[in-house]
Amino acid sequence: MLATRVFRLVGNRALSTSICLRGGHGVAKVEDYTLPAYFDRRESPLPDIKFVQQLSPEQKSLKEKEKGSWAALSKEEKIALYRISFKESFAEMNKGTGEWKSVVAGIFFFIGFTGLVVLWQRKYVYGDVPHTFDPEYKQKEVQRMLDMRINPVEGFSAKWDYENNAWKK
Amino acid sequence: MSLPKPAMRGLLAKRLRFHLPIAFGLSLIAAAAFKFTVTEPRKQAYADFYKHYDSTKEFNAMREAGVFESVRPTGK
Repeated sequence: MLATRVFRLVGNRALSTSICLRGGHGVAKVEDYTLPAYFDRRESPLPDIKFVQQLSPEQKSLKEKEKGSWAALSKEEKIALYRISFKESFAEMNKGTGEWKSVVAGIFFFIGFTGLVVLWQRKYVYGDVPHTFDPEYKQKEVQRMLDMRINPVEGFSAKWDYENNAWKK
Repeated sequence: MSLPKPAMRGLLAKRLRFHLPIAFGLSLIAAAAFKFTVTEPRKQAYADFYKHYDSTKEFNAMREAGVFESVRPTGK
């Protein structure tokens, strides 16, 4: 008997909190989340309950009219009946949010911020580069590579003209 | 409400019939392009380099530049 009482309340969210303790044990309070819920989801198009639970008097009379021939319903009435059963149409629930713009903006912002951090680091954190980066030292390195004939076929030394001691034009 | 029945079978086969020839063709083109832009010029470059290569002359030039440890430059 208690079970049928609960079943009668399925789909009627307004009464979900009205059950209270009775006598020694009573009926457990039926939580909202345990009842069937309404949701707009593309993959399951027909939710467990209608969207509007408490119908206004016009909506009630519309529901009565729905029991007759549907050809007699006007366009606005059909739309009103749809909105009783569903919250958002498929077009409304599927439309994009434009969230990607915020995401891209955040990406650019933090990349820029990282650039500032890197600049600060180069100035205040890093020490001098080794002496091997001096131009004179680099020149001696290049000369030694040419002397050793590094990649003489297609690479480094291939671009040096050994007869005229200059880079090939 | 009489829509035509959609294709229920052979979907992968149909896709492969379309895409496999294209895949093969593009792969062959990629291989041919690589062969004729990279490997053939490279083979030619090596052939040209060694056609008139005097190894003794190159060795002596490197020796004079002082890059070897086994032989010092002449005149030391």
